[in-house]
Amino acid sequence: MTGAGAAFAAVIGTLAIPGGAMLLLAFIPSWRLAARLNALASFATVAAAAVLLFRQPAPDGLFLVDGLNIAFLLLNGLVGFTTSLFSASYIGHEIDTGRLAPHHLRLYHAMYQAMMLGMNLALVSNNLGLMWFGVELATLSTVMMVGLYRTPAAIEASWKYLILGSVGIALALFGTILVYLAAQPALGGGMKAMQWTGLLRHAAALDPALLDVGFVFLLIGYGTKSGLVPMHAWLPDAHAEGPTPISAVLSGLLLNVALYALLRFKILLAASHASIAAGRLMEGFGLVTLFFAAIMLYRRRDIKRLFAYSSIEHMGIITFAFGIGGPIGNLAGLLQMAMHSLTKSAIFFAVGHVAQAKGTQKIAEIGGLTASHPFLGWTLVAGIAAIAGLPPFGIFTSEFLLITSTFARAPLLAVLLGLGILLAFGALLLRMTGLCFGAPSPGDAPSSAAATPLLLHLALVLAVGIALPGFLYDWFAHAAALLG
Amino acid sequence: MLAPFTPGATAFGLAHVLAGALVLVSLMMLYQDRLPALVNVLALHAALLGIAVGWQAWLQRAPELYITAAIAIGFKAVAIPLALHRIIERLDIHREVETVGGISLTMLAGIGLVALSLLVMLRTAAQADALAREDLALALSVILIGMLMMVTRRNAVSQIAGFMMLENGLILAAAGAEGMPLVVEISVAFSILIAFIVIGVFLFRIRERFDTVDSAALDAFRGELQ
Repeated sequence: MTGAGAAFAAVIGTLAIPGGAMLLLAFIPSWRLAARLNALASFATVAAAAVLLFRQPAPDGLFLVDGLNIAFLLLNGLVGFTTSLFSASYIGHEIDTGRLAPHHLRLYHAMYQAMMLGMNLALVSNNLGLMWFGVELATLSTVMMVGLYRTPAAIEASWKYLILGSVGIALALFGTILVYLAAQPALGGGMKAMQWTGLLRHAAALDPALLDVGFVFLLIGYGTKSGLVPMHAWLPDAHAEGPTPISAVLSGLLLNVALYALLRFKILLAASHASIAAGRLMEGFGLVTLFFAAIMLYRRRDIKRLFAYSSIEHMGIITFAFGIGGPIGNLAGLLQMAMHSLTKSAIFFAVGHVAQAKGTQKIAEIGGLTASHPFLGWTLVAGIAAIAGLPPFGIFTSEFLLITSTFARAPLLAVLLGLGILLAFGALLLRMTGLCFGAPSPGDAPSSAAATPLLLHLALVLAVGIALPGFLYDWFAHAAALLG
Repeated sequence: MLAPFTPGATAFGLAHVLAGALVLVSLMMLYQDRLPALVNVLALHAALLGIAVGWQAWLQRAPELYITAAIAIGFKAVAIPLALHRIIERLDIHREVETVGGISLTMLAGIGLVALSLLVMLRTAAQADALAREDLALALSVILIGMLMMVTRRNAVSQIAGFMMLENGLILAAAGAEGMPLVVEISVAFSILIAFIVIGVFLFRIRERFDTVDSAALDAFRGELQ
């Protein structure tokens, strides 16, 4: 097989494997078998994505794989795979305690793969419309999973998510239509005016006024999906009421994919004559999001809600980083994105097992985890330290890079950014001492935690924090350069 | 002397009349305070959209748009309203009168939104051709009125109506953008989304949006009462 052929097959693989698994898993009655197949399919997907590291399909076709989205594809595949491992041990416990019935799990597993399909489609497609469709598919499938427990709170959370998410994707579509109209006179309508590669090549000929307005709609639309304040209202509910594996992939992956869509449009705007300052808008949204979430962190009483707000906070930092831009700013944003995905999903793995062992999600009723469940307690300590931005973890590296590069450009913004990060840091540390140290709270049911995914994620974050390997740095720098 | 008749002008005129009528019906939806009446106006809205898209299909010689028009008429003007009437009957919410913000204020806001979108779109799309430009401005009005409806009403059925209005505006904009690919696929995707929402309401008997003014209820929903 030729190089291009292998690459094309690999791209098809990242879509066909989850697609086929989705259809298959919808009909498998045994949840044990389904959980294994789910993990197997997720592994095959990440393997297909890994092929793309070495061979990429020719641009201009149906798919676009470059240095930027390959990072997202691999991260998606990896976290999707480790989460499927965690999910297998998590749902085993939910079945044992009777919170879920086996027939719910057919839907759950099928939707898990549908979500992976939607996200991968949004990532690899060279077409604005298909990308939008991928984000919609991923949204709908997560809506189904958030409501899985069928409790009033879960249904309310998924209804809220459905309505807000639908408005978000509708606005994103209007923005997409405007971008198409901006391109139509220059590119002559049809599919050509909706392809990234063509749009970028003719960026200077696009109608700047339409692009400006279009970007505002896209920012609000995809921003809703990535949890930017004030369109974030669905996010904490969806995280708290859904099954924990879904909280892990929502925070770790779906928010990233929505932000990726926004980044693509930002690249397009930077190449065109559009007058809107996309970067300044993103800085503003990012800072507001960071501060709002950091303050809200202090008032959380539910452990999953706490980490959902922490995800909002990080989305704020990441959006800010891409707004600042420049080689270092973009590098910091990409690194932060990857580190946040790994750390946050690891935290949710630990939290899922903690909530199962203690039988509650209320922070006040959980305490002294390092004494009662040493493994979970200490991994949670490590995870919270990492997410709060303590060295030697990777998030410290990216936040340090971001603050220093912002200082060089806009010292005032750097002060604000530092203040926001410190605020959140305080809240997280406060909660960490309550949750992990002190006298253990009642509830010492042994937990059969899936240790591998947790340790793997934390080890990766730690390794990057101690010494970013050369090839990884080159790769991130290359992707950052694409962002301009 | 009469101005010479040009088929182009009539064709444009009819497209604008249809889009304008859609804006008017959108405003009509704002002052419906009983749910069955609201659903009937929603059906009218979708039917008008179907005709507008059909007219665009003929104008642009784009036969695939007839599918979108057929979806609008068959699915959104007939099937969904029937399902919504059934939900209203089952949940016994005929007499639901909603007063968030008051009708007159909402109408005023709606008119303001129409003015805003005309101001914004006519200026930004100055380069685009006239057909697309005015269509876009009117479509944005419909979208914004749909959002206004979703914000000002609590009831789940009205929220669906608001979302469908929003979506009708999107389809109008997409159909007006000449040669835009994937319009049919997008309208199918949206129909699936709406079907999801309606089935969800039906299965879980969702009556209301959940942010009531009662803060105790809000805390209970957040799961943060200790």
